[in-house]
Amino acid sequence: MTLKTALYEQHVAMGGKMVDFGGWQMPLHYGSQIEEHHQVRRAAGMFDVSHMMVVDLSGSQVREFMRYLLANDVGSVPAPGKAMYSCMLNEQGGVIDDVIVYDLEDNAFRMVVNAATRDKDLAWINRQMDTFDVLMQARFDLAILAIQGPAARDRVLQILGDTVTSTIGLKPFFSTVGNGFFIARTGYTGEDGFEVILPEEQVASLWQEFHRAGVQPCGLGARDTLRLEAGMNLYGSDMDESESPLESGLDWTVAWEAAERNFIGRAALEAQRDVGLSSKLVGLVLEGRGVLRNHQRVLCKSGEEGRITSGSFSPTLGKAIALARLPIGVNKSCEVEIRGKRIPAVVVKPPFVRNGKSCL
Amino acid sequence: MSNIPEGLQYTKSHEWVEQNEDGTVSVGITDHAQDLLGDMVFVEPPEPGQQLAAGDECVVVESVKAASDVYSPLRGEVVDINEAVVEGPELINQDPYGEGWLFRLRPEKNGEQEELMSAGAYRELLESEA
Repeated sequence: MTLKTALYEQHVAMGGKMVDFGGWQMPLHYGSQIEEHHQVRRAAGMFDVSHMMVVDLSGSQVREFMRYLLANDVGSVPAPGKAMYSCMLNEQGGVIDDVIVYDLEDNAFRMVVNAATRDKDLAWINRQMDTFDVLMQARFDLAILAIQGPAARDRVLQILGDTVTSTIGLKPFFSTVGNGFFIARTGYTGEDGFEVILPEEQVASLWQEFHRAGVQPCGLGARDTLRLEAGMNLYGSDMDESESPLESGLDWTVAWEAAERNFIGRAALEAQRDVGLSSKLVGLVLEGRGVLRNHQRVLCKSGEEGRITSGSFSPTLGKAIALARLPIGVNKSCEVEIRGKRIPAVVVKPPFVRNGKSCL
Repeated sequence: MSNIPEGLQYTKSHEWVEQNEDGTVSVGITDHAQDLLGDMVFVEPPEPGQQLAAGDECVVVESVKAASDVYSPLRGEVVDINEAVVEGPELINQDPYGEGWLFRLRPEKNGEQEELMSAGAYRELLESEA
């Protein structure tokens, strides 16, 4: 199975090194992953994230349904345009997927789900919808472009300001629509930025316009190091169905209030909270030389062991950083086993970088 | 197509070997190898004085993407390492056959060196792998 986004030809034409990503042919980089990373921290870069899936939900009971489906709470009162990050849990409290959901006008929500989990997500949502008056539409006709970085707002207003005039007053974590474009001030890089959802047939010309305006095309490689520096989880690496959000550094996304709201997985999370957690997701910074990688063993002073869930070299900090799943008590230093050697690392609270600056 | 200078010798595992006037050889990884690995961020060099056999893992180079072993092309003793690439691994990307060299070896005279590939043979190997 080889899937291509509507920008495939653009990527190839711009020298993108194409790799398979969950069945999709996506650009890893266009020459230098590190240069692309720096462009996003210092100016603006753009990412084709059309492999992710837009799911539109509507109907008279859609708000109640979202409050049941997601661990975070869209609230009982409409908040037009508001964006929210949430986990979608199974009954055991395991994470089926992490999503961004946008509150639209007139009993409608737009959700963006991960590419690799698309089919199981759609099947899961379908099954939960049974008892609600809700319609779900998987939007195979839309592309998603992320423009990220301190200069992203200027570039977006320059190119889309006339098409979607409401973009000018758009606040972080809000979205707006106009002329068939959906624009959200959201992203996955730890910088200011926008995500534009638009009809597939229009995305190539928009991509070229941003490119002409000096926005650097960026591949999945830079996307990964940027999100890791920003301390953002990657589904499938940092959490999956075998872990709850409480064990994955995502307790802030679980809305316990209102107490009477019954969301899927709530009972399991409450039980876990009462019994106490056995593991947690933390940040690591390598003190010695080397590069942290996924699955490396973490050795704690207590003799307990953990494991790196996402590790890489941080281009902004010039050192190796990681997210790691560790036993609950570990909170200062540890060692990471790299090719048989034990290299010291310190435990930190993510993020590592925010708005271009080190948080260490 | 990647750059494959004439006058150097090559291995199947994508190292290059340059004969120096003092009898030692310089070793690095090819343009093709650095392109495959991507931006280099870490180099773990061998120890000067270390004795290597042909095919021994002797350097680890890590890019943002992955770690990769570099194999000694010949039997011999490590006489020098390139401190500049340890400090600045991006030199391997920028100048794989020049500033990006990894180490120098004093090879044993045992005929191994005649077995290494010419630029033409290495080019054919890459074309067959493509």
